[in-house]
Amino acid sequence: MGFDRSLWLHVLVLLGVAAVAASAQAEPATERQRELVNMVRQDCGSCHGLTLKGGLGPALLPETLRDKPADALVATVMMGRPGTAMPGWAPFMNESEAAWIVQRLMQGFPPVAAQMELSK
Amino acid sequence: MTVRMLGASLLSLGLLAGCAQTPVLRGTGDLGVVIERATGSVQVVEHSGRTSLGSVPGLGDLSHAHVTYSRDARYAFVFGRDGGLTKVDLLTRTIVKRIIQAGNSIGGSVSQDGRLVVAQNYQPGGIKAFDADTLELVSEVPAEYAPGKFSKVVGLADVPGQKFVYALFDAGEIWVTDFSDPKHPKTTRFPAGQQPYDGLVTPDGRYFMAGLFGEDGIALLDLWHPEKGVRKILDGYGRGEEKLPVYKMPHLRGWAMAGGFAFLPAIGRHEVLVVDTKTWTEAARVPVKGQPVFVMARPDGRQVWVNFAFPDNGWVQVIDTPTREVIKTLAPGKAVLHMEFTPRGDNVWVSARDDNRVTVFDTDTFEVRKTLPATAPSGIFFSHRAARIGF
Ligand code: HEC
Repeated sequence: MGFDRSLWLHVLVLLGVAAVAASAQAEPATERQRELVNMVRQDCGSCHGLTLKGGLGPALLPETLRDKPADALVATVMMGRPGTAMPGWAPFMNESEAAWIVQRLMQGFPPVAAQMELSK
Repeated sequence: MTVRMLGASLLSLGLLAGCAQTPVLRGTGDLGVVIERATGSVQVVEHSGRTSLGSVPGLGDLSHAHVTYSRDARYAFVFGRDGGLTKVDLLTRTIVKRIIQAGNSIGGSVSQDGRLVVAQNYQPGGIKAFDADTLELVSEVPAEYAPGKFSKVVGLADVPGQKFVYALFDAGEIWVTDFSDPKHPKTTRFPAGQQPYDGLVTPDGRYFMAGLFGEDGIALLDLWHPEKGVRKILDGYGRGEEKLPVYKMPHLRGWAMAGGFAFLPAIGRHEVLVVDTKTWTEAARVPVKGQPVFVMARPDGRQVWVNFAFPDNGWVQVIDTPTREVIKTLAPGKAVLHMEFTPRGDNVWVSARDDNRVTVFDTDTFEVRKTLPATAPSGIFFSHRAARIGF
């Protein structure tokens, strides 16, 4: 049974690391989360689609973003991609907010209404 | 003959009586729709008394929805982002037919003879022609610009001769497709420039202009002389200047032609460009509050109304065309997405998405005539578009 136990230990350690990593990146306050969700749906949505299935810009869905490194996506959101229609959003959010958006995009973005319910 | 006509009117009376709405006989010339993008519905409105007549739900994803009208101005063809094409009867306020025609669509247009409604699609890139009565597919032109490569289609406009002009964002081309033989469309291709993002046709249907995102300048095609090819105008109009970020793509559709001059949104500059349409050269630039999105001329051409991209989307500015000066700055609400003039320009209807309302302004006094509640309203489209080339 010693083998099983060390496996469990590994899992627990890994879970712990993940939890620390997640909390190290400060979550925006609830009100700000609501603003960010609305911004992503509406303002990012004008190019990526309200449902984020793509428009002039590519789809921002978990299955299209899965294999892309998160920090590169955060850089794209903050700085944009020169030579393309993707603008940089640094004037309107800080890096940890952009990281929060990317993380949520990779998980599947909450609808505006659901987020509104959450913050009630 | 008389008997047949009597029969027909009895039949239509019967049909009307069969509907839920009261069978009031009326025209459609002062009707229109307001897109409620979050709820996937449209409100049918009338602009004589400035009221909402009711709403029609069940239209799918209406972000970036576009509406074009049947030749008789009774039916609205609503194009949704989800590829939905819905034919809505303005009089009965019911859905006549709804199809999903593509994965991702941004609009469409009706042919000169009124028989075809043509959709422009991002995914799969191309255009599709449907029978305007039945919405059955008649033919399609995939935007395959190189083997296996498809482009998003933007700026579709109907022009005389059963033709449609449109631009290919990814290919940098303008295509003209002739549907004289509806099942066998013929397409001519023209190189245009980098990343055309939208297009417009002049009110007479002669010139097609495509705005370029990837370079400064506008691609111009004279449809009376297509053999001359596309000409680049306003080439490098911002040379040497740092471009400002564009948080929303401008739209060119809308008649921003006034007194021999075209008023167009600059890209990456907080300016409206004024172009002399005799020489197609720059005549002036009007500094404005932000990145212009819609630049629309009042039908008489005396004023041009401008709204803006995020983060300046709470403003609307009015340019006096003879002096080319901003004469009024309005704050109609949060996230102003669209403006629509009444046919003769006495009023303009302005949608404010995040304030859930539509505001009707008097264009002479700028007074608010009315505000109407609407759920996240975006586009406003009046039925007189039915009679215009390029709408
Ligand atoms: C004006 C249009 C526009 C707006 C608005 C816009 N984007 Fe983009 N975005 C693009 C385009 C175009 C691309 C593709 C760039 C390329 O070709 O590499 C892109 C790419 C991206 C990517 C990279 C996707 C990938 O698969 O690599 C991310 C992530 C992204 N955008 C997020 C956002 C977010 C978040 C917002 C809002 C805060 C936003 N975008 C607003 C046009 C836009």
